[in-house]
Amino acid sequence: MKTLFAKIWDQHVVEDWGDGVQLLHVDRHLMYELSGHRGQLELRKRGLGMRNPELTIGTMDHVVSTAPGARGGNAPWADRMIDTFRVESKAAGVKVYDIGQDGQGIVHVVGPELGFTLPGVTLLCGDSHTCTHGALGALAWGIGSSELTHVLATQTIVQHKPKTMRVQFNGEPARGVSAKDLILALIGKIGTAGGVGYAVEYAGDAIRDLDMEGRMTVCNLSIELGAKVGMIAPDRKTYDYLKGRRHAPVGARWDQALAHWQTLPSDADARFDREHTIDCATLAPQVTWGTSPEDVIGVDGIIPGNKPEALAYMGLMAGRPIAGTKVDRVFIGSCTNSRLPDLRAAAAIVRGRKAAKHVKAWVVPGSWRVKQDAEAEGLHQVFLDAGFEWREAGCSMCVGANGDLVEPLARCVSTSNRNFAGRQGPQARTHLASPAMAAAAAIAGEIADVRSFSI
Amino acid sequence: MNKFRTLTAVAAPFPQRNVDTDFIIRVERCTGTPKEQLGSYAFEMARFLPGGAENPEFVLNQPRYRGAGILVCGEFFGTGSAREMAVWAIAGMGIRCLIAPSFGQIFFGNCFQNGVLPIVLTSSIVDDLMKQASQQDAKPFTVDLEAQTINGSMRFEIAPRRKRMLLEGLDEIDMTLALEAKIAAFQAADRARRPWIYPA
Repeated sequence: MKTLFAKIWDQHVVEDWGDGVQLLHVDRHLMYELSGHRGQLELRKRGLGMRNPELTIGTMDHVVSTAPGARGGNAPWADRMIDTFRVESKAAGVKVYDIGQDGQGIVHVVGPELGFTLPGVTLLCGDSHTCTHGALGALAWGIGSSELTHVLATQTIVQHKPKTMRVQFNGEPARGVSAKDLILALIGKIGTAGGVGYAVEYAGDAIRDLDMEGRMTVCNLSIELGAKVGMIAPDRKTYDYLKGRRHAPVGARWDQALAHWQTLPSDADARFDREHTIDCATLAPQVTWGTSPEDVIGVDGIIPGNKPEALAYMGLMAGRPIAGTKVDRVFIGSCTNSRLPDLRAAAAIVRGRKAAKHVKAWVVPGSWRVKQDAEAEGLHQVFLDAGFEWREAGCSMCVGANGDLVEPLARCVSTSNRNFAGRQGPQARTHLASPAMAAAAAIAGEIADVRSFSI
Repeated sequence: MNKFRTLTAVAAPFPQRNVDTDFIIRVERCTGTPKEQLGSYAFEMARFLPGGAENPEFVLNQPRYRGAGILVCGEFFGTGSAREMAVWAIAGMGIRCLIAPSFGQIFFGNCFQNGVLPIVLTSSIVDDLMKQASQQDAKPFTVDLEAQTINGSMRFEIAPRRKRMLLEGLDEIDMTLALEAKIAAFQAADRARRPWIYPA
């Protein structure tokens, strides 16, 4: 009668201090230039080495330029950081998937893509959206700089055991309602602090029906629910997704791994500390109106008046419909929604149409591989023909660490994860939505209901 | 790490809910700004006016809260990104203790790595403390970690291991390095149990 979470947790305990505080083994560690290089320099300062460099891989994402054709940072400081990370990783024996190589991209896109993320592993990364990897049945969460250095030095992490929550997504979502809408609806229902102190398992038919990339979108926003950990039980889709990927086990090791993975799903009689359910059949496509991901309504909804400060920042009026709000920018990308099925969903709306003249729309693929695969399908041409920019892989305008910013007071419909004040640039106004909804906003020039678009 | 035993300091009210780490320290300050200088940029979007002058309305710019060592915060303080620079920036302003009904979980853990004490109390107690801190004649608060009290009477909870680490200023990396034999033993057993975890 154990949960998926408890099974994995218990298999990783190195030391138990009681009171739910334990030292856990770290099976997989992902690094990228921005947080990684700090940890590497701190390790060097302490005169320590990496304990298990073979259990870490690295890539470049936060500070890389995503300008078409770019092959580096967008400023001298970024190039220096990239170079430090490259040099330190090489010295430590860490495999880095570098700019311009298959395997480079947003760390939470390439971890699964390379088969580095596996069911049943503990996986850490110095980034809060590490919860994404829970989509494959991994126990994964984001860590700060000190903990990152701790992982490099010891291949372990000290953790206080969270409680468990299960969220059942029942019913069949309507056309135009995607993984992003399911998880935004949950955040709207229980709030951004609703998951504090919990490891969340997502279950139910609507989750089982999602493709792996959709499951990654759901788990990605766990941190916006206040939970460090979000996870989904591995199943046939997970195994089919992983088989043959570069870091996935092969031969007898695959067979052993598969047998182990099949023991991981929560037992039928497993008890959770808290349960929620979401009825997916009644959901409309979601869009945020405020400065927290919990400020979310259906696209057919009315802007509420309970947070006047957020509305003032966003330049919106309570009581008006959210649909029809004029937009200046559209950003399709980020670790939330930049994978191939996301780009296909956006392209299906864009195909044969043009972006509104006043809208500057960007598509930033999540990885080098996603970009290649999308181009092989001709998706880039669909976007280019409609007047969108087709850019290089990276985190880009989700966080703006590389200088990709929304202008002050400009309004952006974004497929990313955070609509915080200033997140996409000082005074920038962000509306979170799905890739199809972002595409619809680019075409309409305003927030629009994707269900009204024929495809 | 700096030890934390008792702290007597001005407490500033910071009632805003969902204060995120992007708000505490902007991402462009996380790319190259030395750790020691981050305090100058804490809360910069609210603390400074667009021209760069101090915003006189921002709580920590008001004369009586300048140099505050404690923040009494709204719900879910430190939500968002994993950036530890948010804690470095707050500590860089001289703030050593945060009191809130809830915290962003990664931020919460990062506090303990840097000698900053985050205290979780119920919303009604935090509201009371917020009122006390807001009064014109507010006195400094005293936080006693050993006794787990604020101002001598208000008790708070803290995980025993975290308490010890703060009281003694312990370094978690040094503590875990001392457990190397256990880590090696775990991996040896695990290699037999789950060989696919370890590259051949």
